[in-house]
Amino acid sequence: MVDFGGWEMPQQYTSIRDEHFAVRKAAGLFDVSHMGRFRITGPSTTAFLQRLVTNDVSRLEQGQAQYNLMCNESGGIVDDLVVYCSEEGFLAVVNASNREKDLDWMRSHAPADVNIEDRTFELALVAFQGPEAERLLPSQGLHDLPYFGFRTRSVAGVPAVISRTGYTGEDGFEIMVGSERVGQVWDAILENGANRGILPAGLGARDAARLEAALRLWGNDMDETVNAYEAGLGWTVKLDKGEFVGREALQKVKSEGPRRKLVGLKMQPGDIARHGAAVSTGGRHLGVITSGTHSFFLGYPVALAMVEARSLSVGDRAVVEVRGREAPAEVVKLPFYRGSAHSFTEKKESRNG
Amino acid sequence: MADRRYTKTHEWVALDGKHATIGITDFAQSQLGDVVFLELPKPGRKLDIGETFGVVESVKAASDLYSPVAGRISEVNDKLASKPELINSDPFGDGWILKLELTGDLPSDLLDEDAYKKVTEANH
Repeated sequence: MVDFGGWEMPQQYTSIRDEHFAVRKAAGLFDVSHMGRFRITGPSTTAFLQRLVTNDVSRLEQGQAQYNLMCNESGGIVDDLVVYCSEEGFLAVVNASNREKDLDWMRSHAPADVNIEDRTFELALVAFQGPEAERLLPSQGLHDLPYFGFRTRSVAGVPAVISRTGYTGEDGFEIMVGSERVGQVWDAILENGANRGILPAGLGARDAARLEAALRLWGNDMDETVNAYEAGLGWTVKLDKGEFVGREALQKVKSEGPRRKLVGLKMQPGDIARHGAAVSTGGRHLGVITSGTHSFFLGYPVALAMVEARSLSVGDRAVVEVRGREAPAEVVKLPFYRGSAHSFTEKKESRNG
Repeated sequence: MADRRYTKTHEWVALDGKHATIGITDFAQSQLGDVVFLELPKPGRKLDIGETFGVVESVKAASDLYSPVAGRISEVNDKLASKPELINSDPFGDGWILKLELTGDLPSDLLDEDAYKKVTEANH
């Protein structure tokens, strides 16, 4: 067990390798109840959120969720979050390590008629992720749920809010249920998938899967000193939607071009690049590693690095400091691995187009 | 069964006369998580008590390996190059790391099973 944002969580249930393969080949079940969940209600909630986050919340219909950034006035990332639009209002799911900070930040920006309620401890959240997730989830009526859509359904007889979202690069669901009944849901999912390759999966497998899919981790790959464009998340910034916190600064970054960028590095077996390690070419310092791990699934270590914007491109070589020596790295295209979540979106997009 | 002793840094040493086999403990491997790589010395090298002789790299972190005894390396477990996971699956058996010929006396602070157990309990 490890401490993660004040929550005691398993790094692994059995083995990171086995759990990671289960996610890629069948499905893995993650307890992600540590993530903060806020219910946001009141007459001017939409206008408030529109000023708070970078994406265009006004485009959301009931039953849709959206990936978002919450930035400060300099365009630095306070947190990344998913905003759900429902009949009763909005729900925001934020990083565990930022829960209290986000709550203060939101409340300090909220008008008097918007109520922000921390529901983290009343609701539990589990993620069932993998190419077989839809087939193996003991629930009905999800086959036509679009990517980033959600609906109310029961799982193993327990009422739940189920969204087609996740943090692994695979198709799958995040399931919100009352905390007092989450054990029942957890057991039923595992029981239903017994002998079909599914495993409960811990933080280690979650980190490896999200890194292969090049999904950013707040605190590693981005923070308040990194702006949305540097993090490669410019697609979440809708500069023309009207005023929002950080808009002016982000407009400037966009027109001048970001000074840094995130790149993907493929390393030699055994050379695990760790957070903070120096990245250089020809003795010139270019930046640092933000996340790195060994990918059991790909068979080599992978890393994300924040480097000078006009330095490395796909195919270039660089060196990374690993255990006090210079280890060779190759710049590769992101994501490192494209799982079933992407093929699912592409399928939907081609159907729409 | 050879006599097995432990260090506070979570290595084990099994003694059979002047021959010693060393590895890391089950507690150590469980704390490290899945091992992905080991950086190990070549046979012939002499090690002092407590000398760093290699690195075990797991998904979580890189950790130094320390020799529990003084000796000359007679054999390195070659299987670990292609199967580092042996450290996790069989830390006291197929996951052994080095064999040494002892060159000096055993250090007095090696721990027996019970004393080592107390160390791991304190670390929990």
